[in-house]
Amino acid sequence: MAYTIQLIVEGFATGSIYGALALAIVLVNRSTGLINFAQGSMGVLSTFVAFGLIQLGVPLLVAMLAAFVFAFLLGAGVERFVVRRFERGDPDTAVVVTIGLFVFIAGIAALLFGYEPRQFPSLFPPQSINIAGVFVSMRSVGTIIVLIAVMILLQLLFRFTKLGLAMRAVADNPQSAGLSGLPVSRLLMIGWGLAAVLGAIAGVLVAPQLFISPTMLDFALVYALAAAILGGLDSPVGAVVAGWFIGIVENLAGAYVDVIGDDLKIAVPFIFMLIILIVRPQGLFGRKVTVRI
Amino acid sequence: MSLLELEDVTASYGYAPVLHGISFQLEANRAQGILGANGAGKTTTLRAISGMVPATGRIRFDGVDILGKSPDRIARMGIAHVPEGRGTLGGLSVRDNLRVGAYQRRDRKQIEEGIEFCLDLFPNLRERIGSNASALSGGEQQMLAVARAFMAQPRVILLDEASLGLAPSTAQRVYDAIRRLREESGVALVVVEQNAALAFSIVDHALVLETGRVSIEGSRERLAGMDEVRRAYLGG
Repeated sequence: MAYTIQLIVEGFATGSIYGALALAIVLVNRSTGLINFAQGSMGVLSTFVAFGLIQLGVPLLVAMLAAFVFAFLLGAGVERFVVRRFERGDPDTAVVVTIGLFVFIAGIAALLFGYEPRQFPSLFPPQSINIAGVFVSMRSVGTIIVLIAVMILLQLLFRFTKLGLAMRAVADNPQSAGLSGLPVSRLLMIGWGLAAVLGAIAGVLVAPQLFISPTMLDFALVYALAAAILGGLDSPVGAVVAGWFIGIVENLAGAYVDVIGDDLKIAVPFIFMLIILIVRPQGLFGRKVTVRI
Repeated sequence: MSLLELEDVTASYGYAPVLHGISFQLEANRAQGILGANGAGKTTTLRAISGMVPATGRIRFDGVDILGKSPDRIARMGIAHVPEGRGTLGGLSVRDNLRVGAYQRRDRKQIEEGIEFCLDLFPNLRERIGSNASALSGGEQQMLAVARAFMAQPRVILLDEASLGLAPSTAQRVYDAIRRLREESGVALVVVEQNAALAFSIVDHALVLETGRVSIEGSRERLAGMDEVRRAYLGG
């Protein structure tokens, strides 16, 4: 039993990483209607910025904050100078552009830092703690707490600030928002910037566990995409809950279902995604969109 | 100097020209109607003013050239556009829609008073203040769209087919409220309307567009008295 609970908590923590990336994907999708395949590589490049600063002797926390600022500027810059040219055109073209960005940004990270995986310090102490007989790592608990805090902060931003109101308006209907005088272009840049910060948070949380390398978030991105679809592409809460769900199910299925094991566990969330999409095409928490014709 | 001046404005969607040189002037506190059949260029005229379609010619607002400026910039200068199809923010509550309208204002107390004014003007909205705009009826959404435009404290409101798809009594109520709005705030209006009787209930001047050109213009009384206008737009 203790082992099962341990698996669940560890799954929760891994799921939090997927959740953070899925949240980034949902934020971008809600505002621009696109899926940004470069979300993971942008997070990786930002994590490398933290890594570079740590190498230079900058304290971990300061390096992370600098990486978040870099991520924000990177996200805003990508929207302003690359994606904006394709936003109003064919969505397929824009998606291909984000795939190109994914390869390009990962390439920059590789060029600057190489492919050799390197150790990245953890924000959390390496010990485990004993909660009612179950040993869970401080890293897992910390990761979960960070994601919950991020979610609460985002909710506060969207519900109680003028900026959040404006961002919701732009996500809902950019044209009407513009006609009300909202600076749509600037708000889209902020949205992409925030999403990139979420990617960077996922990066610095996962780097100590996987070692830092240009491809470290590739798997997480695949799971995050599944989480975003499973939860509903327009639902931030759905993305996080689906991220947790995937993390937990993946861990449990890998441990308890013999045929799945470690090799096949990546397929589990996709089987769930397939079933959910057949039953609820809008995702678990997504809103059904009706169009008057 | 007129508040809003259009001079020889042309506009096209891709290669298809829609406006072929429209000119008119709107003075402060006045209301201008634009009548015409489907496809005459009424909506495009409003879209050209608010920067939603590329146009040529000259469009001046309060003496400043606004042609080529972005829609949000033009809105911040004081032109509010209530688009065809209402353009309410469906996923936001009625109150949030009104707050979005007041986005560029800093006077928090007056914003609350403005919301109260709108809710007095449209009592239906008061009952639905917490509901998402997408849950409102067509008439309520139109009221919300007008109220949201008003919350920006614009100097001109561009109103596109506010009666479209509404029951006659609802359309009348919307126009009655717009008239009151105009009387109490002095906001100028450009009113695009298929229903000429409704348009004539609030405008001072009007023009008729035919395939992208102004065919007739004049005071409300003059147009309402013209046989061709009566036959085409007032049902005989």
